[in-house]
Formats: sequence, C-alpha cells, structure tokens
Amino acid sequence: MTEDFITFRNVSKRFGKNVVLDDLCFSVRERQRITLIGPSGSGKTTILRMLMTLMRPDSGLITVGGDQLFPADEQQVARVRRRMTMVFQQYNLFPNMNVLRNITMAPMKVLGVPEDEAVDRARKLLELVGLTAKLSHYPSQLSGGQQQRVAIARALAMQPDVLLLDEVTAALDPELAAEVLDVLRDVADSLDVTMLCVTHAMRFARDISDQVLMFCTGKIIESGPPEQILEAPQHERTQRFLRSVLEEV
Amino acid sequence: MFGAAAMTTMLGLPIPLWQRLADGLAVTLQLTVFGALLAAVFAFLAGFARISRLRLVRGIAFGYTEAFRGLPALVVLFWLVFALPSLGWQLDPLAASVIAVALNIGAYGAEVVRSALAAIPPGQWDAATAVNLSRGQTLRMVILPQAVVTMIPSLSNLLIELLKATALVSLVYVQDLTFQGQIVRAATGKTAAVFLGLLLGYGLIALVLSGLMRALEHAAGKWAGRVVNS
Ligand SMILES: Nc1ncnc2c1ncn2[C@@H]1O[C@H](COP(=O)(O)OP(=O)(O)OP(=O)(O)O)[C@@H](O)[C@H]1O
Ligand SMILES: [Mg+2]
Repeated sequence: MTEDFITFRNVSKRFGKNVVLDDLCFSVRERQRITLIGPSGSGKTTILRMLMTLMRPDSGLITVGGDQLFPADEQQVARVRRRMTMVFQQYNLFPNMNVLRNITMAPMKVLGVPEDEAVDRARKLLELVGLTAKLSHYPSQLSGGQQQRVAIARALAMQPDVLLLDEVTAALDPELAAEVLDVLRDVADSLDVTMLCVTHAMRFARDISDQVLMFCTGKIIESGPPEQILEAPQHERTQRFLRSVLEEV
Repeated sequence: MFGAAAMTTMLGLPIPLWQRLADGLAVTLQLTVFGALLAAVFAFLAGFARISRLRLVRGIAFGYTEAFRGLPALVVLFWLVFALPSLGWQLDPLAASVIAVALNIGAYGAEVVRSALAAIPPGQWDAATAVNLSRGQTLRMVILPQAVVTMIPSLSNLLIELLKATALVSLVYVQDLTFQGQIVRAATGKTAAVFLGLLLGYGLIALVLSGLMRALEHAAGKWAGRVVNS
C-alpha cells in the first residue's frame, strides 16, 4: 500500500563542471502528490526530464513501479515510460493538429485505442478542462491558458500513472494561470495519478500536495508536508527562498 | 542539311525543325520530371539519414551531400556517360543524365530537408516523447508535417535549378531542347529567333513548375494546420 512507487538512488548528473544532481536519493509513493521547489538551477526540471527519459543520469538508479527505468535497455525504457507523461512550461502542443487530434492521436497510435473511444474520452477530458467548444480549433487559435489546458488533456488521455508538471503556469498571466491551476486542482481531486509538480505557485502547492521537497544545488535540503515546509521552514535557505517567491507575486 | 526546298514553314521555320524543337522539349520535360522524382528520393533519404541515430548512416549521408554539392553536375555527367563505360558499365545516356542531375540537386535538397527537420523546436520532440510516440511516429506525424511547409519554397527553387541543369545533357549528345535548338540554329542561322524560342520554352516550363509548387505549398500548409487568420 505504502510501497515506494518511484525511487531515485544515488542519481548524479553533471554538465561539464556543473554538478546538477549530486548523489540524489528520494522516493515517491503511489498516488502521492509531490511538489518540488527550489531556486533556479537547483535541478528540478532535470529530475522530471530524467523520469520522462528526455535526459539520462550519469550514474545511479531510477525505478518506477518496481521496474528499472535507468539503467535499462531501449525496450524496457519504452515500456516503463508508458506509465508516465509530462506537461511543459511552453505547452508544446502539436501545431499541425487540431485540439481533438492533439488529444486522440497518441492514445490511438501508442495504446491502440479505437478512434470512437479515443474521441469519447477526449470529449470528457475537454469537459474537465473546460474547452469542449474548441475541439476543432488549432493551437495557434487558442490563448496560452487554453493551450496549456489542452496540453493537460492530451497528457491525461494517455491514462498515466504518473503526471509530471514542470512550471506549467510560468508562461501565463496570473488570470490565465489561475484557470490552469483550477483545472489541475480538479485533476488532483478526481484522478488517482501520482503527481510530481514543479511550481512557484505556493498556494496551489499547499492545496494539492502531500509533500514538498526543497531543492538546493542538486540536493534535497528539506522535505515534509506543505504546512510544515511552506509555513514553518527550518532551513535558512528554504526561508530565504520562500521570502523571495512571495515578494515576486 | 535540311534544305528540301518545298518544305512548308511556320513563322518562318520549316515544320520538321519545329518537330525537332518539340521532340527536344519532350526530352527536357522527361529529364525534369524523372530527375526531380529521383532527386526527391535522394534528398529525403539523405536528409533523414543526416539526423539518424546511427553514426554510420549519418556519415554516409554527410559524405554524399558534401561530395555532390562540391562537384559540378557536368563532371558527374561526364563521369557517368564517358568514364563508367570504360570501366565496363554502360548506362543509357538519358538514364545517366537523369541520375547525374538528380545526384547533384538531391545533395542540395538533402540539406534543405535536414535543416527543415532540425528547425522544428526541440519541445515538439519532448512533447512527442511525453505522449510516448516512437521516434518514427514522431518524425512521421509531428516533425515532417511541420517541416515540409518550410521546405517547399527552397525545394521549388531547386526544381527550377534542376530544369536549368538539364541543359547540360546536350553536351553528352542527349537530344534535349538545348541540343535541338543548336541543331536548328546551325541549320537556319536564325540565332536570335532560336534562342528566343529556347528562352520561351524553358520559361514556360519554369512557370508551370513554380505554379505547381505553389499549389503544393498551399496544400502542405493545410496539412500542417497552418491557419490563415482573417
Ligand atoms: N542541456 C543542458 N546543458 C547544459 N547545462 C544544463 C542543461 N540542462 C540543464 N542544465 C543546467 O543544469 C542546472 C539545473 O537545471 P534545471 O533546469 O534542472 O534547473 P531548475 O531547478 O529547473 O531551474 P528553473 O527554476 O530555472 O527552471 C542548471 O545549472 C542548468 O544550467
Ligand atoms: Mg526548470
């Protein structure tokens, strides 16, 4: 029940002399909602990209659902990766496909879902993100907030066990960001996914997450439930970081 | 040589000479169409090979583009028509001509294809991986449809280049429009008129080709979901 679902064991990553992750160890239980916070360059994106297999560690061990993701051969990687999906800061919708196709394409091509079923599911997801009216629009015809909500629907259409969110509201005006965060609250309430979320939206982090991990220079320097980390941080670096984030807003 | 006196004429040129020009035009068209098809094959094969994950495949494609962009098409043509036979490999001159222009233009085309593929933002690859598309699926369904739109203007320039390059084949005695034009000029001495004719002939083909490419660009734009805001 409370077994670890995602584990990082002694994961290291460097770019040249820049040590980004330094012997990192942490684990996430199934259906846990984790928020990763920390200053710019502390390695948060790197962690999500490694899970999504967009980047490889230099050394260490990563497992997901009991299967090894790193090190692993290509077939194994493809199989394990299928349990995860990611939403990006820049939405990255496919501009050559309309909204419906953006959402149905991968389930049909990767999971082999029949078209009518994929379309049905896409409609439900578009309802969840409040965009049923935009079904046949192209990404270029949508606002940033709308594009990001489509991107969330596209990710959920893959029926992931793990949802990775990398600063999904950072490119949006506050009002549009709020729309997206509301959608994500609904997602967190209604689905059983494990979530790893990098965000500077602290109220959102407090609302949805079970645990907050504070990163600094490739290490976790403090972790715990959001009330503790966000309201009574022990570490001086965390206190300073939170002050700077609050000033920003 | 063609001096039968009772010959009927059109616009001051005997009908058989018109026939020659028409034959030449047909050969030039054939060279252009088959050359373009083969060049497209070379361009897409080598262009995709340039972004292969296999170093050997990348290397071969790189070698091809660098070599044939550097070599004058005429040298390649002489090689295929004159040098290969001496090594015991006889090619039909028309086929050799098609291959020579296709190798040359295909090398430039490969560069167009490669750079268009490379210009698609990496975020598109990331997003495709995040929904678990394979590399092949990503290329086919995400990258290529977007890249094709940006390729087409450059490829249509190359198509016109290819048309012009076909004139070289007259130097290996393939009887294309240029070759026949020379014959007619020699027979009649009407240099200005004949060259005006060639100009019009090539100009007309070029016009048709760029019209076709514009139509293709439009169609590809729709395929790539480019939305006209109005
Ligand atoms: N492809 C790359 N090549 C070289 N260095 C990189 C690369 N990707 C990331 N880095 C470096 O790794 C470090 C960590 O980057 P990462 O993107 O994980 O930080 P982050 O915590 O997500 O920061 P931010 O809050 O700014 O997004 C940074 O110092 C960055 O410069
Ligand atoms: Mg980041």
